[in-house]
Amino acid sequence: MAIEISFGQYLPLDSLIHRLDPRIKLIMTLISIIVIFIIREFIGYALLACFLVVLVALSKVPPLYIFRGLKPLIFFILLTFALHLFTTQGTVIFQWWFLKGTAEGLRNGLLMVFRFMLLISFSTLLTLTCSPLELTDALESLLSPLKRIGFPSHEIAMMMSIALRFIPVLVEETNRIIKAQVARGADIESGGVVNRAKNLIPILVPLFINTFKRADDLALAMEVRCYRGGEGRTKMKEYILSARDFLFLGASIVVGIASILI
Amino acid sequence: MPSLIELRDVWYQYNPNSPLSYWALKGINLKIDRGEFVSIIGPTGSGKSTLIQHFNGLLKPTRGEVIVDGIDISKTKDLKIIRKKVGMVFQYPETQIFSETIYDELAFGLRNYGYSEDEIKKKIEEVTKKLGIDYIPLDKSPFLLSGGEMRRVAIASILAMDPEVFVLDEPLANLDPQGRKELLREIDHLNRKESLTVVIVSHDLSEVSKYANRILVIFDGTIIMDGPPREIFKNVERLIEIFLGVPQIVELLYSLYKRGADIPYNILNLDEAAKVIVKWRKSLGNRDKLRTISTT
Repeated sequence: MAIEISFGQYLPLDSLIHRLDPRIKLIMTLISIIVIFIIREFIGYALLACFLVVLVALSKVPPLYIFRGLKPLIFFILLTFALHLFTTQGTVIFQWWFLKGTAEGLRNGLLMVFRFMLLISFSTLLTLTCSPLELTDALESLLSPLKRIGFPSHEIAMMMSIALRFIPVLVEETNRIIKAQVARGADIESGGVVNRAKNLIPILVPLFINTFKRADDLALAMEVRCYRGGEGRTKMKEYILSARDFLFLGASIVVGIASILI
Repeated sequence: MPSLIELRDVWYQYNPNSPLSYWALKGINLKIDRGEFVSIIGPTGSGKSTLIQHFNGLLKPTRGEVIVDGIDISKTKDLKIIRKKVGMVFQYPETQIFSETIYDELAFGLRNYGYSEDEIKKKIEEVTKKLGIDYIPLDKSPFLLSGGEMRRVAIASILAMDPEVFVLDEPLANLDPQGRKELLREIDHLNRKESLTVVIVSHDLSEVSKYANRILVIFDGTIIMDGPPREIFKNVERLIEIFLGVPQIVELLYSLYKRGADIPYNILNLDEAAKVIVKWRKSLGNRDKLRTISTT
C-alpha cells in the first residue's frame, strides 16, 4: 500500500569513498562514462570492472545495492544484446528460424552489455555514496565558471536541491494521506481504471493543497532570511580538495587511459 | 468477554534488510477493554504512532500478534471491517480534507461502507451535534473554515462511522487552549455517555491525565509504565528523566515532598492539590515546625 521511492538511494555510511569531495566523485563518474564509450576491447572493460570492484569495496556499500541498480534495466540490456546479435552482418554461427546470429554480432552485443552494466554501476555507486545535496553542490561548483556567460548555475542548483529536498517529504505526506483515507474505508487498490482514477481524488486533492501551502511557507521563509539569488552568497560547508581527492582523481585518470590503450 | 484490542509480544521493524533498519516496537504486550479511556504517552520517536497503526492493520507486526475484537489482523483478508471498528484520527487530520462541501467530507467514510443516503444524513446530524459543529452550514466548503473547525470536521468524519474504539493521534496539537479544553471535554463525554472506547496519543501528560483512566508510558519501543494516572505520577523522576515531565502541580508537590513535607504528590488536579496543601499546613500547626522545611 505504502509507496517506497528511494530516490538517489543514498546510503549514509562512513567510508573513504563517502568522505571524498563530491566534485571529485562527479568528475570520476564523468571520466568513467567517457572512457566506457571509447573502449572497444573486452580487456579494457575488464580493467575498468576491477577498478569498480575496488571502489565498491572501499565504499563499504553492500554489492547487492549495485545489482539492485541494474535490475530494472535488465530487459533493456537483453534487448540491446539480441538486436546486436541478430542484425550485425558477418559470419553466421547459428540460425534460429529467420534470425541469423553472427560472430561479429555476438562480440558487439557482449560489448554493449558490458558497456551498459559498467555505466549503470558507476552512476549507482555515485548516488549511493553522495547525498543529493552534495551532488547539487558539486554540480553548482563545477558549473560556476559558466556564470560569466550568464548561465544561472546557482539558481539551477537551488531549484534542484529544493526539489530533491522535498521528495522524501512528499512521499511521506502521500503515505500519510493514503493511510488516513484508507482508515476511512477508502479503497485505493481495487476497481476498474475509472474507479481507480476516482479513488485518487481523496489523495491528490489534499496533497496538492498541502504542497502549495508548503511552497508558500518556504518562499516566505527564504525571503525573511533575505534570500535574493546566488550573488555574493557564501557556503557554510566549503569543499576543500585534499591529497586524497587528487589521489583518487589521478587513479581514475590512469585507469581510464590504461583501459583505452590496453 | 475478550479484550477489544490485544497485542501479544508485538515487534515492528522499519526498513527491514537494509542498513537503515531499526526496531520501532520491541515486544509490546497490551490489552484494551471496552469503555476504557486510555492515553498513550511517550517522547518523540518512542513508537507511539507506530503502535496505534497496528490497531487497525495499517501496519502489520513483524513479529507477534494483534487481535482486534477476536480477529487477527495478520491473518484476516478483510481489514476494512477492522478499520470501521477502529476509527483512527491521524495527526493534523484537517490535512486530509478534500471534499467540496462539509457534508461530502463527513459522508466520505460512510459512503465507503455502503450506508444509504438517508442513514448518512442522520449520522451526520448526530455527529455534528456531538462535536459541537452543528452551527456550520453543511453545504459550505470545508476549506473556508477556521483551523479549529476544520480539525473538528475531520474528527467528525471518522466519528460518523460509528467506531467501537476511537483512536486519536495528538488531536490537540496546534489548537488554542480553549479549543483543546473543549475537544477533550467532548471526547470525554463520548467515553462516559456513549461508552465509546477512547485511545489518545499525546506527549503531554498534564492535559490527558485529567480524563484518561489509564495511562501507558512508552519509551524506546517498550511500555515502561501502565496504570491509572495516580499510579503513573508516583514515578516523577523517571518521567522527567525520559523527557516527558509531569504536570506542574505534581512537580510542585513533589518538590515540597523532597524538601521534607509529608504530603502525597500523585494528585490529578489543582483542587486536589489545594486540599493537600491546606491539610498539610494545618498539620504543621505553628511557625517553628514550618521552618523545618528546607528552603534550599
